[in-house]
Amino acid sequence: MKVYLLRRLWQSLVVLLGVSFVVFFILHLTGDPAAVLLPPEATAEDLREFRERMGFNDPFIVQYGRFLKGALRGDFGESIRHGEPAFDLVIERMPATFELSGAALALALCIAIPAGIVSAVRRNSALDYVSTTVALLGQSMPTFWLGIMLILLFSVQWNLLPSSGRGTWPHLILPAVTLGLFTTARIARLTRSGMLEVLNQDYIRTARAKGVNDPPVVWKHALKNAAIPIVTIVGIELGTLLGGSVITETIFAWPGVGRLSVQAIANRDYPVVQAAVFLLSTTFVIVNLLVDLVYTYLDPRIRLR
Amino acid sequence: MSTPAVARPLTLGREASPARREWLAFLRRLTRRRTALFGLVVVALVVVAALAAPWLVVFDPIQQDLDGRLKPPGTRSDTGSVHLLGTDHLGRDLLARIVFGARPALLVGVAAVAISGVLGMLVGLLAGYFGGKMDDLLMRLADIQLAFPFILLAIAVIGVLGPSLQTIIVVIGVSSWVVYARVVRGTVLTLREREFVQAALALGGRDGRVILRHILPNAFTPWLVVATLDMARVIVIESALSFLGLGVQPPSPTWGGMLADGRVYISTAWWLATFPGLAILVTVLGINLFGDGLRDTLDPRLKV
Repeated sequence: MKVYLLRRLWQSLVVLLGVSFVVFFILHLTGDPAAVLLPPEATAEDLREFRERMGFNDPFIVQYGRFLKGALRGDFGESIRHGEPAFDLVIERMPATFELSGAALALALCIAIPAGIVSAVRRNSALDYVSTTVALLGQSMPTFWLGIMLILLFSVQWNLLPSSGRGTWPHLILPAVTLGLFTTARIARLTRSGMLEVLNQDYIRTARAKGVNDPPVVWKHALKNAAIPIVTIVGIELGTLLGGSVITETIFAWPGVGRLSVQAIANRDYPVVQAAVFLLSTTFVIVNLLVDLVYTYLDPRIRLR
Repeated sequence: MSTPAVARPLTLGREASPARREWLAFLRRLTRRRTALFGLVVVALVVVAALAAPWLVVFDPIQQDLDGRLKPPGTRSDTGSVHLLGTDHLGRDLLARIVFGARPALLVGVAAVAISGVLGMLVGLLAGYFGGKMDDLLMRLADIQLAFPFILLAIAVIGVLGPSLQTIIVVIGVSSWVVYARVVRGTVLTLREREFVQAALALGGRDGRVILRHILPNAFTPWLVVATLDMARVIVIESALSFLGLGVQPPSPTWGGMLADGRVYISTAWWLATFPGLAILVTVLGINLFGDGLRDTLDPRLKV
């Protein structure tokens, strides 16, 4: 158990080191970070001076070392547009993104898991067909189109819900539904197939043969075993949600990290982009480490390794 | 007396070799699934639309007509032809643009999947076959790749490099290999223990030859299922990038770009955002249905 946890911790650190390198490397993709950071109308003299000042003439590894040292202290440089530290700008907007992703995930779990269980237990019933069809559509629907259609119906046509901004509960509904639908579809399909697999196992048949009634079989015997892949996918889906927030936040003018990043890329404000990518990735790594802890609780085989 | 039985296999042998017979049986099983067949038909229609676009549409997709802006579906144009799906904010025919928009979507889909598929296959084969340090290293790389919010990393990189068709293909292709690698690795791990592989190794087969002759052909099926389903994801990502203005640049029609235009006119011209989105939805749904059918036919236990 201890060995397992230490190994997972070590792996996460290695992953974060890799992430930091990629984030650092984004600026160096074209070979000239000064040209990426300065506006296109900058003169050759400006470029030379800027390169000197930022240390872009140093060896690559020295530059990376400096970046890593800064990143560890939360220093990604100053935002070119806002003049504030890029790290602070991103951190300020983190709660909004967490609120949106959290709401989307909660919505997904509340709908998908019951839907998946009912689908599996009442296989080939009308409910199963409806739920699998909706899940299939949800998985095929582009987020941004769904968002626009929801705005068209609920904000423009019926004037029921606000189409942009953050603050009250109604503001959260449309963005959370938009962001959560794909994840809902994924988890519903996975729950259904996981439950079907478990329900066909011998121990379920044994339990039924012993005369255990249906609800306890489903809840105690089947769901506990089907839960393991669901927990894994929840960790991975959080990555989808954090990434998807980029688009959803843009559509609904949600003041989170995703929208900040899209604006920063349009403004060539790369310190902010770097800080945003790094912090969102770090969040993902930490959450998945926590998911693995839950895992050891659910599946004692891992605990005993 | 009937004809001698010996004569029959000789003539049949040419008509239906075992490989061909297996292939036919597979096709029959696949097309027996109605949803898979439906998906296949949808995908075929989209491919035909993309290839034959110039002959299919009445209007030029980039020809502007500022007098005929934002006309609702069914409006007759000056030339007498009908704008079946209406016109956009520059008076361009929406249907023509949607048909032509299938081109970048499919092109990016196929090309990016080819890149990530080959890359992932390679990583999966190496990690699964050699194991040990190699496996550790490659799987950590996969973890690093997975840690990034995909769209954000893609738009950051495209923002630096500048948007173009090639950039999009390469960026999506290079950053989507993990699914393939994981599935292929898993398959290789079990194949490696099988008797025919052990036998090939015992007979002195070299690693490269064993991988190419014995492992690769058997790892191909799960790979194909992943590739099909991943194509759907890539098409959504391509349209998302175009939506954010980081895809193929205007005036070339892209589904995502049309949606971005439509979003601006959402309160006055609903058709502008609705139809391009439906095009994406139908295409992606078709691919997903076909991919699901392929998985259920080839390898029902595959988790993708």
